[in-house]
Amino acid sequence: MQPLFLQGPSVILRTIILVVISIAVMVADHRWQHLETVRGNIETYIIYPLRYTINLPSQFINWSNESLSARQDLLEEKHKLEEQRLRARINLQKLSVLEKENARLRKMLSAQTKIGELVLVAEILSIDLDPYKQQVILNKGRKHEVYIGQSIIDAQGVMGQIIHLGEYSSTALLVSDPSHAIPVQVNRTGLRSTAFGSGNSQLLELRYIPHNADLKIGDQIFSSGLGGRFPPNYPVGEIVSIERPIGESFSTVLAEPIAHLDRSREVLLVWHNPPVKDVLLIEQKSTVIPDEKSNAH
Amino acid sequence: MVPTMVFALMLHMLPLPDWLTYVRPEFVTLVVMYWVIAMPERIGVTIAWCVGLLLDVTQGAILGQHALGLVIVAFILQLEYQRIRVFSLVQQALVVFVLLLIKQVLVLWVYGLVGHAPSLQLYFLPSFIGAIIWPWVYLFLRNLQHKFSVSHEF
Repeated sequence: MQPLFLQGPSVILRTIILVVISIAVMVADHRWQHLETVRGNIETYIIYPLRYTINLPSQFINWSNESLSARQDLLEEKHKLEEQRLRARINLQKLSVLEKENARLRKMLSAQTKIGELVLVAEILSIDLDPYKQQVILNKGRKHEVYIGQSIIDAQGVMGQIIHLGEYSSTALLVSDPSHAIPVQVNRTGLRSTAFGSGNSQLLELRYIPHNADLKIGDQIFSSGLGGRFPPNYPVGEIVSIERPIGESFSTVLAEPIAHLDRSREVLLVWHNPPVKDVLLIEQKSTVIPDEKSNAH
Repeated sequence: MVPTMVFALMLHMLPLPDWLTYVRPEFVTLVVMYWVIAMPERIGVTIAWCVGLLLDVTQGAILGQHALGLVIVAFILQLEYQRIRVFSLVQQALVVFVLLLIKQVLVLWVYGLVGHAPSLQLYFLPSFIGAIIWPWVYLFLRNLQHKFSVSHEF
């Protein structure tokens, strides 16, 4: 027999307790990031299996597409890829010469050269968690030595950084999220700035740029590596609009991210300044030094 | 009951084309609402809170954000379920709309406090869609409940 009335005070009391806990948890999570392990465990043991299951159909379709595609298509693709490879190799030849020259010049200036980071290819599991946030889920996690704050790039440029870790998956914040900022440098002039996300995956905002700064539409911006979180000299974006409102102390500069934030399927996790103890563990991962042998796996 | 929640969570995470994500109703909230109305003595604020926490993790939100919203919604339903049960489906949908709005506003407040509120143009659309599909959700879950005779006992 079910009771006619639920015990009144108990529900109210429980609600109040839960509300208080919620608020405490939110503060703890937002201010001090104390709950990363809790989040990681929930993600690993409950959410990841679900996500994996959801992805199965699309994986199956991909797989059957691949295994059923006609010989002709495969041949065509092969030719296309060979052509691309040839082009890439030509560029690489030029690059390696330039790189040597650069290293020589730097040596002359007795500056340290720092090229070649460790990378690992990760696949994007899902993108649209919340349409108002710019985050993606990757299929690599703590098991693969991923760490919080690690940068991710795609074939074009910097995409973002890891913010949550699970055992087999991780969440990355994209450069276009409103809470994200990345220190950048304009390639042409060396002007330093910070690129803030705008919430729109096609726009970044460069703040605190004085009116008289030497800046043109079409200028490339690169990560400057200041702050130590992102590796230096990866392309971030291209300036698309500059406004210099009279009466304001700074210009409004907008840039378009170079990375395909909403289209990439595969991304690269970059180990730059890896924590010392992990260096040995990730040695088997390939390096990105552009020479013949290297290939990301 | 648990399978329906898992199913709702999966619907919630299903990858959709970009424009559809703005329309996706909150299946998880709807399912929790149904079970609170159907079995208030088994599904209460505590379970709603746990489900909310799962939702937070899937969304990459601050832990507790959706949990808070779901607790409040479950609380209101706990107080009013007897009245809501005798409502017609249309009346119920109206109540559901209001509750979904309350939850979304709570979530929005937290976003605002953290410092980056989303733009509001389409923000409340999921509540509206959620209320529209409520009758079907209700009938579907009630069928399931009767079919598998999920009772108050076990």
